[in-house]
Amino acid sequence: MQSAPLDTRYQIETPEGIDLPLRPAGLLPRALAFAFDLGVRGLAMGILLVPLALLGNIGIGLGSLLLFLVSWWYMVLFEVLNQGSSPGKQVMGLRVVQDDGTPIGWSASLIRNLLRFVDMLPFGYFFGAVSCLQHPHFKRLGDLAAGTLVIYRQQPAARPKIPQAAPLGLPFTLELNEQRAILGFAERQGELSAERVHELASILAMPLQVPAARAAEQLNGVARGLLGPT
Amino acid sequence: MKQSLFESRHQPQWQAFAEQLKQLEQGKRKAGDMADFPHQYRRLCQHLALAQERGYSSYLVDPLQQLALRGHQQLYRHRSRLTANILSFVLADFPRLVREQWRFVLIAGLLFFGSLVVVALLVYLFPELVYSIVSPQQVAEMQGMYDPEASRLGRLADRAASEDWMMFGYYVMHNIGIAFQTFAAGLLFGLGSVFFLIYNGLIIGAISGHLTEIGYGQTFWSFVIGHGAFELTAIALAGAAGLQLGWALIAPGRLTRAESLRLAARKSMQMLCGVMLLLLIAAFIEAYWSSSTTTAAWIKYLVGAVLWLLVAAYLTLTGRTRHAPE
Repeated sequence: MQSAPLDTRYQIETPEGIDLPLRPAGLLPRALAFAFDLGVRGLAMGILLVPLALLGNIGIGLGSLLLFLVSWWYMVLFEVLNQGSSPGKQVMGLRVVQDDGTPIGWSASLIRNLLRFVDMLPFGYFFGAVSCLQHPHFKRLGDLAAGTLVIYRQQPAARPKIPQAAPLGLPFTLELNEQRAILGFAERQGELSAERVHELASILAMPLQVPAARAAEQLNGVARGLLGPT
Repeated sequence: MKQSLFESRHQPQWQAFAEQLKQLEQGKRKAGDMADFPHQYRRLCQHLALAQERGYSSYLVDPLQQLALRGHQQLYRHRSRLTANILSFVLADFPRLVREQWRFVLIAGLLFFGSLVVVALLVYLFPELVYSIVSPQQVAEMQGMYDPEASRLGRLADRAASEDWMMFGYYVMHNIGIAFQTFAAGLLFGLGSVFFLIYNGLIIGAISGHLTEIGYGQTFWSFVIGHGAFELTAIALAGAAGLQLGWALIAPGRLTRAESLRLAARKSMQMLCGVMLLLLIAAFIEAYWSSSTTTAAWIKYLVGAVLWLLVAAYLTLTGRTRHAPE
């Protein structure tokens, strides 16, 4: 399968012989997710520590256990038990997977979250940010060591209506990417201005042997023909 | 086949598959009850391959791809060794791993215990040295904690159970935090682990030397000897795990640095799990045994010595046989 050179997509091949594209997430959404998690943790600690402080010594003991859990295990527990997403990642639509696309396990999650300590050195996530920005798949140091990847969880896009036109066959065969391009043109027409539609379609007026003004309609017809019965 | 015909023919199957996926993801049904899941998944993969090959619209291919990815996540998983066989890890794999990595363990042990003993001796011989390593405030705090007079007064009444609880929580957080730091810093080509090993060795050494020198030795040593067996060993092992990470970056051998780091990280993670276990035991002993005042000092020394032997025997002897108890 061909891949565009300027694409950040990460292909994994499954044992069934198909390629699945993953879309790694960059620095900004990950930083926002982390900030959200930090806020959640701060809030949870704040709320829980007030009643614990009233309990006296047991409260302090429980409080420090809790602090330990929250500071070292919050990410690990959420990532392993919640489909690879901490609450912050959930909000930003991200998830963590292994390099081969399988769900993250305890050991990988522990590695990437313990090494977060190094990513935070010398101040404010400096090493992590540098590593993330220079890596083709935006990995920070913890991700490199654990062999994990932060990707977007994709939501299926709503399907656009294809403009009405009489289905039409072409007297010559189309190549696969030409076919995809024509379908793409028909599907995306709703997002384009009329002038742009005209401009794009008129490129193909010559090979379709129609006047430029009718090219868009002709292309929609071809797209209809490709989708359904002629 | 035209796209719309293909779609209308298989749409119900895709929807059924998506429904199954949803149940699996939410944990409502166990993978065991879905005997036909792999079959359905492979059929979906076939449909996806066909759709791509025939150049169907990306509004058809993309949802299929997402379904396939979700199915892939459910079908293929890394078996987690941590939860699967804790027992064999404790009884054989962990000590075996420590012996296998004996070079790093040796270096980390020398750095940590070496700096500890040297500084303890130096501070014992030249008492004012302690103030150049530990802040005067911390020294005063430590003196307060181990003052034989004060502690006799303070501890005559038995310590309340709640206080043991408090200290347990504190020790878990504090010590495992230090171990994690010592490990993680190893990623900086091992230098971070070396730093934390020596640093912790210096602090502990300086305080123990100082307290012995001013005559608080009895209270101090009888307190620390018991849990020290687990705690100090664990910190040295955490450092060894960190050094292992660093060494994977310095000398990756025939692998790329990234690959070598990944392999080393997996191994050192196992070592770190053992370290956590040791530290939990240490925190338990520290909170409930080391702090008890009713036992005589010589009993504490005896138990402490036994514990040290136990840890040493555990790490050197367990899991030697080929078929370890599993």
